[in-house]
Amino acid sequence: MAKGDPGASTRGRRAAPRSRKAVTGDPELVQLLTPAGERIDSVTGPDGTEYRVDFTDEEYRGLYRDLVLVRKLDAEATALQRQGELGIWASLLGQEAAQVGSGRALRTQDMAFPTYREHGVLYCRGIDPIMPLGLFRGVDQGGWDPNEFKFNMYTIVIGAQTLHATGYAMGVTMDGRTGTDDGEAVIAYFGDGASSQGDVNESFVWAGVFNAPLVFFCQNNQYAISEPLERQTRIPLYRRAAGFGFPGTRVDGNDVLATYAVTRHALDNARHGQGPSLIEAYTYRMGAHTTSDDPTRYRIASEVEAWQAKDPIARMKAFLEREKIADEGFFTDIDEQARREAIDLRERVLAMPDPEPVTLFDHVYPNGSPLLDEQRAQFSRYLESFEGSVH
Amino acid sequence: MSRIKEFNLPDLGEGLTEGEILAWLVKVGDTIELNQPIVEVETAKAAVEIPAKWAGQVQAIYHPEGTTVAVGTPIIAIDTDPGAGPVESSSTADLPTPSAASLAAVEVAPAEGAVEPGMIGGPAPGGRTAVLVGYGPRTTTAKRRPRKGAAPAQATSAPLVPVPVQAAPATVPTVAVSPAPAVNGTSRGGGPVLAKPPVRKLAKDLGVDLRTLTGSGPLGSITREDVQRAAATATAEPLAVAPPGPSAASFGADREQRIPVKGVRKLTAENMSRSAFTAPHVTEFLTVDVTRAMKALDRLRGRREWRDVRVSPLLLVAKAVLLAVKRHPMVNSTWAGDEIVVKEYVNLGIAAATERGLIVPNIKDAGRLTLRELADALTDLVQTAKAGKTSPADMSGGTLTITNVGVFGVDTGTPILPPGESAILAFGAVREQPWVHKGKVKPRLVTTLGLSFDHRIIDGELGSKFLRDVGDFLTDPEAALLAWT
Repeated sequence: MAKGDPGASTRGRRAAPRSRKAVTGDPELVQLLTPAGERIDSVTGPDGTEYRVDFTDEEYRGLYRDLVLVRKLDAEATALQRQGELGIWASLLGQEAAQVGSGRALRTQDMAFPTYREHGVLYCRGIDPIMPLGLFRGVDQGGWDPNEFKFNMYTIVIGAQTLHATGYAMGVTMDGRTGTDDGEAVIAYFGDGASSQGDVNESFVWAGVFNAPLVFFCQNNQYAISEPLERQTRIPLYRRAAGFGFPGTRVDGNDVLATYAVTRHALDNARHGQGPSLIEAYTYRMGAHTTSDDPTRYRIASEVEAWQAKDPIARMKAFLEREKIADEGFFTDIDEQARREAIDLRERVLAMPDPEPVTLFDHVYPNGSPLLDEQRAQFSRYLESFEGSVH
Repeated sequence: MSRIKEFNLPDLGEGLTEGEILAWLVKVGDTIELNQPIVEVETAKAAVEIPAKWAGQVQAIYHPEGTTVAVGTPIIAIDTDPGAGPVESSSTADLPTPSAASLAAVEVAPAEGAVEPGMIGGPAPGGRTAVLVGYGPRTTTAKRRPRKGAAPAQATSAPLVPVPVQAAPATVPTVAVSPAPAVNGTSRGGGPVLAKPPVRKLAKDLGVDLRTLTGSGPLGSITREDVQRAAATATAEPLAVAPPGPSAASFGADREQRIPVKGVRKLTAENMSRSAFTAPHVTEFLTVDVTRAMKALDRLRGRREWRDVRVSPLLLVAKAVLLAVKRHPMVNSTWAGDEIVVKEYVNLGIAAATERGLIVPNIKDAGRLTLRELADALTDLVQTAKAGKTSPADMSGGTLTITNVGVFGVDTGTPILPPGESAILAFGAVREQPWVHKGKVKPRLVTTLGLSFDHRIIDGELGSKFLRDVGDFLTDPEAALLAWT
């Protein structure tokens, strides 16, 4: 249950709202910002952990900017797909808070393993948002350096990245990079549908018994394409963790503050050698599974409307307005910035060059291979046999 | 850069080839913004709104609502700089070679001198006949560069004409919402005649010279109607005494109705063709005296607990089929290539004629239902179908089907198997006919059953035994029940 802390107004921070908000109806859900934008000062999770955030006004505004930008860029990518410029796009609409909250909770040294929908986390890691668009346009393989940004490549295979993350996290322990404040933590993203995958359950087993510094971050967006949550599980997903011997927490995934607090806590536990944990970010996919999907075929409009009222950006905006952390000018500026970045993204996508056919051979082996070199030469000769060749 | 831009229908969902224009959200003359929804398109996967790729003014809309359009076909033209004054309508210079784009990318071997170089169908060294169909965002003709030092073009046996690939059914009336890209008249002189292959065939059959016609179709292409009109004129002229009246002498378009094939009709056609040409069908017939069965139904109707239940002859046929399946399980099976899947459950399909067309919902696990439950399920199925509320789930997973052609007053038929099923029973009309009963000719209620089955799985013996059992039950339900259960 929520534990109010009405006195917390320190270091010049804005006074926390005095109203102690009881988390009614769903005591299992960690929430610091209600859908109406009311701030809950602190919340004690089911396992007794107290969650709170202390952000400066600038940081609050930063989170809001992240949310808006991430949504706008995502909408632009969806439009580009509809206009034939991308082969497919998996929209994150509705899941901005879960991604920005967890993405901003990562420290520089932490490693993330995404699915194919983590555009918000990718943004928080400082990767140019155009990178995944190259992948979905089919002109490159994704393009960012996973080691540089500590953000692995998008994984299309459902749940497979949890195994990669588990192996990586076990390696972190073996290298002795845990146990201090500067320790490295690992986060593995997946969805409610993936929770039924063998890979994910195997990861739970391995991470559990090897005490891997790993946070399993499940964005429960209620649908595995068209399959609703009740076809995935008989119990709330976060409670599955108990069976594997590590803690599980459900957080309001549309609440960027709570998501940040819960993720930061879990990552810190991991980096200090306390082992894995599961976070179920309870959210909703407002759009289609991908641009190839039509959600109106399997879910009803009233359900979507109900979640519309829990929108992560609207509640943050209401909070910023109520607490006078931001004014109308700020919101206008952010919208304008988002618009400009979206246009910039569009122009750069349209300008992306098609790769030369011969680059097909480029990244197969790190140091080449004689057979492949021969094939490349052969293919080059073939290409040169055409008039006007530049190869 | 050209200020008029054409937007081609993209592949909206991983490998789709076409989409249906559901609704235009803008009209010619509208000023639109970047990413403003302009059209709703339904594909095999989803109905989606397409946002405008450019801001500007809608110059032309090429396909009306309800048209199915191939991926890569231009659907709208947008003037990206409407403030720069009117577009010269007499000139096509501003149009980004709409012909090339809308004709899709088809290269053909050159007919020497027939077409200017660079145009579709124009001379291309190498004599290759590359057929590359546009896909996704590619709007340019996918031309392959010629090989160096390739052999000079060889004269092909017959000059190939350009083949316009245009997905919109040729039959849809042209929507000249705005001046269509004027290929007609400007680039035609001596150039290729635009017409689709079936239209060319028709013209040939009717003896119409395409070069003498002016096309009324998209981009000035010649349509079926153009050909038929020309043919009708040609034949009408010598027949000076042809009877008056608009339709009397004409066997042309004015007396034909063209219905776009889509929805249930399209699905039905696909299923029927697939089934008819993959499963070797055999049909057997059996005529039976169902007088006793009809009396049994009457008795059933008279019972208190059956008072509110709809009891139809179909119910007894359904029961007969279910009981016969228990005795011959192989009938309820699927041919799966290298194995036969024999099902222990019967999802009993009932073919239903609805306003939307033929649909075949099925009663799940019908073999487990009591007669009463079966009656309720049948009633429910029929009402749902009539209300047009049958869900895809209701229609999938059928294992064996009954088609009740008797309701239309016919005796029997040779039904085509629903794909994946191995038997379908046609139930004909029950009518009073002379019948030899106990050594005398008497008026009896008689019906004919027609059973089509997949001969890969079901031999004549099995099919006959199954049909005989269904007939036996309908001849004397009580006796059959006593004997079988």
